[in-house]
Amino acid sequence: MLKFTEDHEWLKIEGDTATVGITKHAAEQLGDLVFVELPDVGASFEKGGDAATVESVKAASEVYAPLAGDVTEVNQAIVDDPSLVNSDPTGAGWMFKLKLADPSAADSLLDQDAYEKLIG
Amino acid sequence: MGDAATPLLKTPLHAMHVAAGARMVPFAGYDMPVQYATGVMREHLHTRQKAGLFDVSHMGQIELHPRDGTVETAMRALETLVPVSILALKPGRQRYALFTDENGGILDDLMVANRGDHLFLVVNAACKADDIAYLEKHLGESCEARVRDDRALLALQGPKAADVLTALDPAIADMVFMDVRDANLAGISAIVSRSGYTGEDGFEISVAASDAPELAQRLLENEDVAWIGLGARDSLRLEAGLCLYGNDITKETTPVEASLEWAIQKPRRTGGERAGGFPGADIILKQLDDGAPRRRVGLKPEGRGPVRDGAPLFAEAEGGEPIGRVTSGGFGPSVDGPIAMGLVPTETSDAGTKLYAEVRGKRLPVVISPLPFVTQTYKR
Repeated sequence: MLKFTEDHEWLKIEGDTATVGITKHAAEQLGDLVFVELPDVGASFEKGGDAATVESVKAASEVYAPLAGDVTEVNQAIVDDPSLVNSDPTGAGWMFKLKLADPSAADSLLDQDAYEKLIG
Repeated sequence: MGDAATPLLKTPLHAMHVAAGARMVPFAGYDMPVQYATGVMREHLHTRQKAGLFDVSHMGQIELHPRDGTVETAMRALETLVPVSILALKPGRQRYALFTDENGGILDDLMVANRGDHLFLVVNAACKADDIAYLEKHLGESCEARVRDDRALLALQGPKAADVLTALDPAIADMVFMDVRDANLAGISAIVSRSGYTGEDGFEISVAASDAPELAQRLLENEDVAWIGLGARDSLRLEAGLCLYGNDITKETTPVEASLEWAIQKPRRTGGERAGGFPGADIILKQLDDGAPRRRVGLKPEGRGPVRDGAPLFAEAEGGEPIGRVTSGGFGPSVDGPIAMGLVPTETSDAGTKLYAEVRGKRLPVVISPLPFVTQTYKR
C-alpha cells in the first residue's frame, strides 16, 4: 500500500512496517542533494517528529516522521551518495523504515490520487 | 519588502527568465530567478568551467555628478562617506568601497568607477533606496546623484567570458581586472567593467533596459553561455570568500572585523595624506592599528554536513557559551564539500584553529581556513 503526506513523503506499507522517502516532486523542488542525515536505528518518533534532514547547495530541509513508530533500518547508500535521492527518490533513494505504532493510522494519509491533486 | 501588499518589481529580463524555466523567488523586492532547469549545482560548475550569465539588474546603478563639472569634486565628496582612496582612481578604473556609519559599522558595500566626468556606483539591491537618500543628504550640495533605473545590469562570469565578449567587441580584450569602459557589443552600447562576484574572470555589463533582452540573447547564442540564478551566485561568491551584505557584513561589523582592511588604502589610514574624514574613522583607524575584537574567517566543516548562517560557534565540543557565529554557509560545488564564513574572536582566528558549529543540537567540528576556498582567476 502506497501512501503520501502533505509534506511530500511517500510510505510503502507492508504489514506493520513503512518504508519512507521523499516524493519525486519534493526531490525536484529541493534540487541536487549534497547531504543526508538519517535517524539512528532504534529511534522512536511521534507523528510529525524531525526524523531526517536533507540538504541542497542552498538549504536544509527536515523530513518528518509520517506516522508514529520506531526506526528499524536506514538507507546508508543515500548518506554515501545523496544524489540517489534525486535520481531515484521512490526506489534506491528510500530513507528509513519505521515499525508503526499503529498501522491503522495510515488510513488517514493521502492516497496517490489525492497526493497528485495536491501537487497539481 | 516583506510587505505582501507591495507587488514585486521585475527586471527588464524577467520574461526571459520565465521562458528559460527559472524558478522565481522574491529577493530585495524583485521577482528574481533563484535557479533554472539544470539546478544550482550544474549552474555553479558551468560558471567555473565556461561562462555564466547573471541578471543583476536589481542592483542600484547611480551616477554621482559633480555640480562644478570637476570629477575631483565628486571624488572628494564621496571620500567623506567611505574609508577608501577614491581620489586615486584613474579614469576608467573602479574599486571596492564601503559606506561606514559613525560606529564604524558597514551600511553597504559598493563598486565605484571613475567615468571621467562623474563617478558610477553600483550598490546592493536591498540597500539602494537608503543609499540614494544617504548620498543626496550628505553629498547633495556638491553632487547630483542620478539613479539609473533605466538601465539593466548583466554579469558574464567564467573562464570563457572574455572569449564570448570579445567576439562581440574585440576592443575589450585588453581590459584588465577593475577596468571600466564604454563598449559597443554587436551594436549595443554598454558600460563594461572587468569584475564580478564569483572569483572568476568576467565582466559586469550595464546597458539600457530596452537593450538588455537583445544583449542577453546575443550572449546566450554562444554555446558556452548559460543563465545562472541567485542560488549559484551565492555558492560561487562564498567559495570566492566574498562578503554578502546583510550576512557577513552589517551595521554591526566594522571593515576590520570583516577582514576588509585591504579596501582601506594607505592615504586614508593614520599617517596618510587624507587620513580619516569618513564616518566611524576614530574606531576604524584605531582597529587598523590595534586590531579588532572579532574577525571574519573562512570555516571548513570536517564532515560532509553544511553549517549555515546563524549557527553558533563554540570553542569546545561540549559546554561553554558561543564565541562567535556562522555568517554564511552552505555547500561548495567546486570545493565538493561544505564551506562557511563566520565571525570569531581575534584571539581564536588563526587558520587551523578547530571550533564547533552547533547544527540541530549537535556540535560539528569546523576548522578555520584561509579564504578564498577556490583560486581567484582575475585577469590582472
